[in-house]
Amino acid sequence: MTSSTAIRPARRIARRFNLGKSAAWTYLVIVLFVTIFPFYWMLRTALSNNFALLTNPSSLLPVDFTLGAFRRVLGLATTQESVAEGGSGASIQLGHFILNSLIYATLSTVLIVFFSAIAAYAFARLHWRGRDFMFNLFLCALMVPGILTLLPNFVFTKELGLLNTFAGMLLPTALFSAFNIFFLRQFMLGLSTETEEAALIDGAGRIRVFLRVTLPMSSGPLFTLTILGFITAWNDYFWPLLVTSDDSVRPLTLALAVFKQSSPQAAPDWAGLMAATLVAALPMLILFMVFGKRIVNSIGFSGIK
Amino acid sequence: MAIVTTPTLPAAGPGTAPPARRKPARPHSPAHRGDGKLAWILISPALVGFLLFYVYPTIRGVYLSFTDFRVLSAPVWIGLDNFIQLIHDDVFWNALGVTVYFVIISVTLSIGLSIITAVILHRLTASTVLRGLIILPFLISGVVAATVWSWMLDAQLGIVNILIERLGGDNILFLTSRAWAIPSIALISVWKNLGYTSIIIFAGLQTIPPTVYEAGRIDGANEFQMFRRLTLPLLRPVLALVLVLNVIGAFQVFDIVQVATRGGPANASNVLQMYIYSKAFGQFDFGYASAMSLALFAVLIVITFLQMRLLRASESDTD
Repeated sequence: MTSSTAIRPARRIARRFNLGKSAAWTYLVIVLFVTIFPFYWMLRTALSNNFALLTNPSSLLPVDFTLGAFRRVLGLATTQESVAEGGSGASIQLGHFILNSLIYATLSTVLIVFFSAIAAYAFARLHWRGRDFMFNLFLCALMVPGILTLLPNFVFTKELGLLNTFAGMLLPTALFSAFNIFFLRQFMLGLSTETEEAALIDGAGRIRVFLRVTLPMSSGPLFTLTILGFITAWNDYFWPLLVTSDDSVRPLTLALAVFKQSSPQAAPDWAGLMAATLVAALPMLILFMVFGKRIVNSIGFSGIK
Repeated sequence: MAIVTTPTLPAAGPGTAPPARRKPARPHSPAHRGDGKLAWILISPALVGFLLFYVYPTIRGVYLSFTDFRVLSAPVWIGLDNFIQLIHDDVFWNALGVTVYFVIISVTLSIGLSIITAVILHRLTASTVLRGLIILPFLISGVVAATVWSWMLDAQLGIVNILIERLGGDNILFLTSRAWAIPSIALISVWKNLGYTSIIIFAGLQTIPPTVYEAGRIDGANEFQMFRRLTLPLLRPVLALVLVLNVIGAFQVFDIVQVATRGGPANASNVLQMYIYSKAFGQFDFGYASAMSLALFAVLIVITFLQMRLLRASESDTD
């Protein structure tokens, strides 16, 4: 990161600027508070007894502290225990859905990054007839919004007999991404070709050079695309909603939405719901804690996604 | 004011920043013999995905718009009937109106607040931690965001309403009244996207060389003048990109609506994508749903084109 504090106000306007500066800090603090508070509220509610929430809805600390909500949504509590703490008695087998989400998000990310990388290599390093034409053709896909392709893709997936399968969920997004190919090609074009040429002269094959030289040198952007891809896939909702109708392959986001919609209108199990949302968000929060800085930079660099 | 530098889109790669595109069109050397075959093998997965899941469905989607198609039986060509039905469909026009209302509120707030946030972050602090924290909501799904806010905006127990009451106001039925449903959904959406948009604008700000501001200061400009006369014009390409992306995304809003209000009360938040979904998967009227998708696509193209024209996205104000 280049320094963003390079500009300092000249001394004579320093005092006036300080007023502006404190206003700016106040604004930032408010934005941060509004951003973070819902996460705290999730935690506070998830650790509360759902009945007790009714009597003390504004307490900043968990009301009648209990891990019951988590036990409930993970299917660890008996129906009796659930009902006693204000649950609906219905549980959501979060473990199963987390596994589905992990399989879906991991596979789709790994596949799309790999397929994009090999295509980008062909566009950046190989010399072949039709290369520029194909590249421009691929870029046209950036113009087509999901809205136009979703319904026909559903019909096609149905015709292939892939409804309610991971393959059906994966296929439309795991093979081709115009953005990924563009992003990686641009990066590879900027890499020095010296190492690759030396390896080629030493008699290494193209594929070997790609795997041993180009890929490792592109690890930065590959990581960026992997992180962004994983976040997108983990949070994906609309496509899985279309192509899955039973719980066998449904990802967590869908299960959560169903859980939310099926909770009684009159007295929802808010503690249970917040426990479930927290569990659903947890992998992203962990990812954030480990790779926070990389994620921020990735988004800044990618510009679009 | 004479400014010489033009900003570039932050679309290029990490720190090691790849330079502008270089044309690798060297004449075919012996080293590149056999490249053609290998290249087609390498792009074949992408090509299959492109043809089967982008080209084919686009053509098919257009075709289905002119048919009566109920999935279980083959589509029947009915010409313009779907579009004629569309013109007389009050629910569609309501959905379009609701969607436009949502787009205007959410995009205006989101872009406005993001510019302010990005500029303030840029001028005040280099802290990646702060930037990381404001991006947190982007990492969670719309479903999670909508669920949390449904709870916080709950009419009786929601913390927001409790606060409003403490301050002497009246209960607001955020998600269950006609007047508030769309503004509430827009607020949730802004909450979720603010950090992301801010970071992209922030990255754009970093491409503006500090010398520009030094020149401005020598000319005696104050903070606000510099923001209006330097920052905004120089950011124009980034803002155009962000605006177009935000508008396209907002027009297709779905998950927050489905979880928070399910289109209610009484169609007050029945956005287009929601209506298309219910036509296709509630009533299995795929022909009509496809026609609506095509109409929405046409709207998006026109709006994108207009925005690019208005913002003259490809140029910045630096000549």
